[in-house]
Amino acid sequence: MPELTAGQSINKALSLILEKNQTAFLAGEDIGIYGGAFGVTEGLLEEFGSERIKDTPISEDVIAGLAVGASMTGSRPIVEMQFSDFIVNAMDPIVNQAAKLHFMYGGAVNVPIVIRGASGAGTGAAAQHSQSLESWFCHVPGLKVVTPSNAQNAYDLLLSSFVDPNPVIFMEHKLIYKVKENVTLNPIPKDSSYLGNASVAQEGTDLTVVSYSNMVNVVKEAVAMKELQNHSIEIVDLQTVSPIDFETIKNSLIKTKKLLVCQEAPSNSSVGTTVVSEVVESDLFNVLETAPKLVSGLHSPMPSAKHLESTVIPQKEDILNAIQDML
Amino acid sequence: MTLKLDKRLELHRMMMLIRLFEEALEEMFSRGLLHGTMHLSIGQEASATGACLALDKEDLITSTHRGHGHCLGKGADPFKMFAELLGREDGYCRGRGGSMHIADLSNGNLGANGIVAGSLTISVGAALSFQMQKKDNIVLCFFGDGAVNEGSFHEALNLASLWDLPVLFLCENNQYGMSMASDKAVAGESIASRGNSYGIESIQIDGNDVEAVFESVTNFKNEILSSNRPKFIEAVTYRYRGHSKSDRNLYRTSDEIEYWKEEKDPIKRYIGKLIESGVTEEKLKEIDEGVKELIRDSVKKALDSPMSPVTNLEEDSYA
Ligand SMILES: Cc1ncc(C[n+]2csc(CCOP(=O)(O)OP(=O)(O)O)c2C)c(N)n1
Ligand SMILES: [Mg+2]
Repeated sequence: MPELTAGQSINKALSLILEKNQTAFLAGEDIGIYGGAFGVTEGLLEEFGSERIKDTPISEDVIAGLAVGASMTGSRPIVEMQFSDFIVNAMDPIVNQAAKLHFMYGGAVNVPIVIRGASGAGTGAAAQHSQSLESWFCHVPGLKVVTPSNAQNAYDLLLSSFVDPNPVIFMEHKLIYKVKENVTLNPIPKDSSYLGNASVAQEGTDLTVVSYSNMVNVVKEAVAMKELQNHSIEIVDLQTVSPIDFETIKNSLIKTKKLLVCQEAPSNSSVGTTVVSEVVESDLFNVLETAPKLVSGLHSPMPSAKHLESTVIPQKEDILNAIQDML
Repeated sequence: MTLKLDKRLELHRMMMLIRLFEEALEEMFSRGLLHGTMHLSIGQEASATGACLALDKEDLITSTHRGHGHCLGKGADPFKMFAELLGREDGYCRGRGGSMHIADLSNGNLGANGIVAGSLTISVGAALSFQMQKKDNIVLCFFGDGAVNEGSFHEALNLASLWDLPVLFLCENNQYGMSMASDKAVAGESIASRGNSYGIESIQIDGNDVEAVFESVTNFKNEILSSNRPKFIEAVTYRYRGHSKSDRNLYRTSDEIEYWKEEKDPIKRYIGKLIESGVTEEKLKEIDEGVKELIRDSVKKALDSPMSPVTNLEEDSYA
């Protein structure tokens, strides 16, 4: 079982896909000899050649658009947006084209593409290179949105995203590129049923924290703080934020009766508000012992200075405070 | 065009200021004083200098992720730039922007931009203001060779030409967009020929010849104002450092980098030219010492200045 960062496990998944599926190819900026801005595609050019590892000009619109056209005609593109912020330049092919073609054409075509990008803050990359834009895509019917939190689920979720017949937005938080763990290198699954499943990252009975992406790791740190050593906290890692696995959330809340949601993105129209509204609209409303709470990033662009950046991103102390308030 | 001695010494001084400013940043970075990354323009000082010094204060520029030189060229205070990179209250953006997002409106710098080609369409809007307000000024839009493959580049050029806007597009072609060599990324004859295809007079110049840049921008500015037509310059140059701090330079040879450093360096070449024309080494030394002192004092002052206070950032997000 190799010890890998999420960047390295994604690299392994990409390599396996390219090896097993001759119609698969990668396209994106600096994914070839540079190995990707975050090193995720390192070595793939040498292994698979420039026919299948396509370095593109700086042209996000056509990168996403070519994926749509190629996928409609028998190819299996996996494209990279580098920093996921640049996906903004590719909104038409993703939102107006990829997401809608299957439905709009009455099921006549599928658009099986994966669009990867590095999301999130914490590296001092400032306002235009630090966003968590996943909820933009959750708002669009036809897209799936996947947000791994560690090297293992990044690996498994990427394989499933590839197998899925729909367009998948795959958001890799930059900070998970820095953490190593043992990864089981599973084979490519037969179907994509793993998507849309949350995982219980830690079992507990007193309170449920629902989170996703790198914030799951911050939640784990918060829950491990000595102030909480006498409490039993359950952590649900959504893994896929569209569709959301409400079944797992529900089963957890029946047990704990308390819901806290933690995310790096601002709360306005977000994954977190969707989770809370779905819960309070359901029968679970009567099960809850306290009002659900949401800990989110500030509704502010990301500042560059370190001490300001950390005020915008929820810190483990913020999560601890919220948990203590609710217990 | 023969430049007056004062102007020529000013060109030299500005190139030195940009170089030493960025070398000081490198040093601060290696000491762990800076959070995040940065994009250095070491080797490209002539295009920023020649272009900015050909403008008036009221002319505007839009800049890029590699914008320290543009900012200094347009008259920014190095202290306030260092302070910005260090997250201090006295920084141009109060520590909110950092290296990639410095704006200095008081000197006509509409801001650096972290999005490739992000400023092209903005420059068109600024030029539209000048046209509607009947001002005798231009907007100079800096961008890299990588930007010419974004759709917004094409939309901006087309509209500027259609509407006769007073904008000077200046492509700093340092021959790479990150790891992508521009000759592998740009279809067609050349970057300058793209300007021509939109009916915009376009030229390619030696972007490491500071006087050539200064003269081209001066001439084009005059023509923009007299003919009401946009213009386009492709300034060929070269960056010595990696794209950002995490670049291993695998996509080019060290011979190539050495060649540009040794044979084409804009500062070295200009010093040779100045000395040939009778400027003494003492005079240049005096200028360089002045720049060094300015950088030293600015770094110290920035390090001594207060951190940007944590205010209500949500409120700060709106005017
Ligand atoms: C829309 C967008 N795509 C990609 C990037 C990532 N990126 C930043 S700078 C850069 C290369 C830009 O090349 P060029 O325009 O030639 O400027 P240079 O870096 O050479 O000065 C890339 C790919 C970005 N910032 N914005
Ligand atoms: Mg370039």
